[in-house]
Amino acid sequence: MSHHIVEVNDLRYNYPDGTEAINGLSFTIKHGESVALVGANGAGKSTLLLHLNGSLAPSSGSVRIGEYPLTPETLNSVRRTVGMVFQDPDDQLFMPTVRDDVAFGPLNLGLPVNEVDEKVITALQTVDALHLKNRPPYRLSGGEKRAVAIATVLAMSPDILVMDEPTANLDPKTRRTLIRLLSSFTHTKIIATHDLDMALELCHRTIVIHRGRITADGLTSDIFSNDQLLLESHLERPLSMQGCPICNRKKPK
Amino acid sequence: MAKIHHAFFDVSYFETLAGQNTPVHLVDPRAKVLTTLLFILMVVSFDKYAISGLLPFFVFPAVMITIGDLPLSYLLKKLFLVAPFAFFIGIFNPFLDKQTVLQFGAFAITGGWISFTSILLRFTLTVGAALILIATTGFREICLALEKFKIPRIFVLQLLFLYRYIFILIEEASRLVRARRLRTFNGRGMTIHVASSLIGHLLLRTINRARRIHLAMLCRGFDGEIRLMRDLKIQKGDYLFAGGWLLAFLIMRFIDIPALFGDLVMGLYP
Ligand SMILES: Nc1ncnc2c1ncn2[C@@H]1O[C@H](COP(=O)(O)OP(=O)(O)O)[C@@H](O)[C@H]1O
Ligand SMILES: [Mg+2]
Repeated sequence: MSHHIVEVNDLRYNYPDGTEAINGLSFTIKHGESVALVGANGAGKSTLLLHLNGSLAPSSGSVRIGEYPLTPETLNSVRRTVGMVFQDPDDQLFMPTVRDDVAFGPLNLGLPVNEVDEKVITALQTVDALHLKNRPPYRLSGGEKRAVAIATVLAMSPDILVMDEPTANLDPKTRRTLIRLLSSFTHTKIIATHDLDMALELCHRTIVIHRGRITADGLTSDIFSNDQLLLESHLERPLSMQGCPICNRKKPK
Repeated sequence: MAKIHHAFFDVSYFETLAGQNTPVHLVDPRAKVLTTLLFILMVVSFDKYAISGLLPFFVFPAVMITIGDLPLSYLLKKLFLVAPFAFFIGIFNPFLDKQTVLQFGAFAITGGWISFTSILLRFTLTVGAALILIATTGFREICLALEKFKIPRIFVLQLLFLYRYIFILIEEASRLVRARRLRTFNGRGMTIHVASSLIGHLLLRTINRARRIHLAMLCRGFDGEIRLMRDLKIQKGDYLFAGGWLLAFLIMRFIDIPALFGDLVMGLYP
């Protein structure tokens, strides 16, 4: 097995209406890495993620997952390898109950029912949501929905977890719980986010995207201390790396 | 709009009711669906002047509500919400059908009034039975039962998805309407133009949502077939439930119990 688990080569993508969302992106991600994809709204993060499991097909360039180049023939095995957590959990939880939802993927893989049941229970236990098993998804809170959405993906035992803005719309405590959960995973992680503080905690490496291009790729701590770069990419230092505004103001001149 | 929102949000209360564990709730959904269908068939099969013949049928909802521990006043409220339909279907009968069928001294009761009453009774029984079915079974289980009855899967799935996303669609619609209201004053601004643009937006959002859901399904190996985990197990009690009620319905349908009862009473006081 090659140790490059994700390889993106000169990727370009135009939406049918002509929007050039991705303009030549290349990077490789190694086994076990955690990478943050940061960039302003509309930078192309979500579009890029959709290419990683073949939900969108590149206009030009290529994507390689593990040993397979992404082609229609390898699509199914790639989708087993890459677990995608969508931005809006309501899109991902479409079955009548949480249990049905988590079972959806494993059942499609053709696993026998008793094995599926085990997978469902393990996945829900991992995200601490086993007690929600028989609830309909639309009656869960935002944090619970997020946790269950992650469980639906875990149940398929992916090698790579791809997440689109996992902390969006979460209150501080739920966000904290989620970060703790994600940091306990040993999967290769690719996380698109505006939440630079989360990126700082979870991801060793950061790729900055601006208007469909990579403007920086390196250690998270280096990138987040480069104010010029952040400004150009319409970003701002994470709060934890800014001086405390209260202490700073009180400093004697 | 707020009203629709509430009326629908109430629906989730049905789900709570359906989650109870009374003997009625534990009966297999198939047995309940079948029994309810038979009940409705029997009730609508009476001729249009039937009144006394319908009365015994109230035993079924009464028993289900009592054993199923359902809140009667709540069900009645839901019934009233849809009652206007039945009212308007039947309200012209008294004017069209003026033939006198009963005479109480100076009071003449026409066939129209009788058939109007019959319509209201039948409405109460059938819609009531449907509400009771949902409140003792749950929408998902009903869908599952329909599927076991070999109703084409595509319809069952449509129902399930409708049920899953109706809340989100309503929320989206009320957000759009609220956004409009916040920017209009004195009720102005709801022209045909604005209304059609609102509807257009809602449609676009719905299509986008559907696309994203489909994508999420594909990502988890969707191949056109949805596999549900639950397998229903029918037991002796379930046959007893359906069989017992069927027998009761047949007796109520073909033996005029109120008349028998009347004769009996008359017999006691010759
Ligand atoms: N379905 C679509 N059709 C046309 N353009 C789109 C569509 N989705 C996104 N875009 C455009 O593509 C660009 C990148 O969007 P996106 O990948 O969603 O950015 P991000 O996730 O970084 O906020 C934006 O300019 C956006 O307007
Ligand atoms: Mg996005």
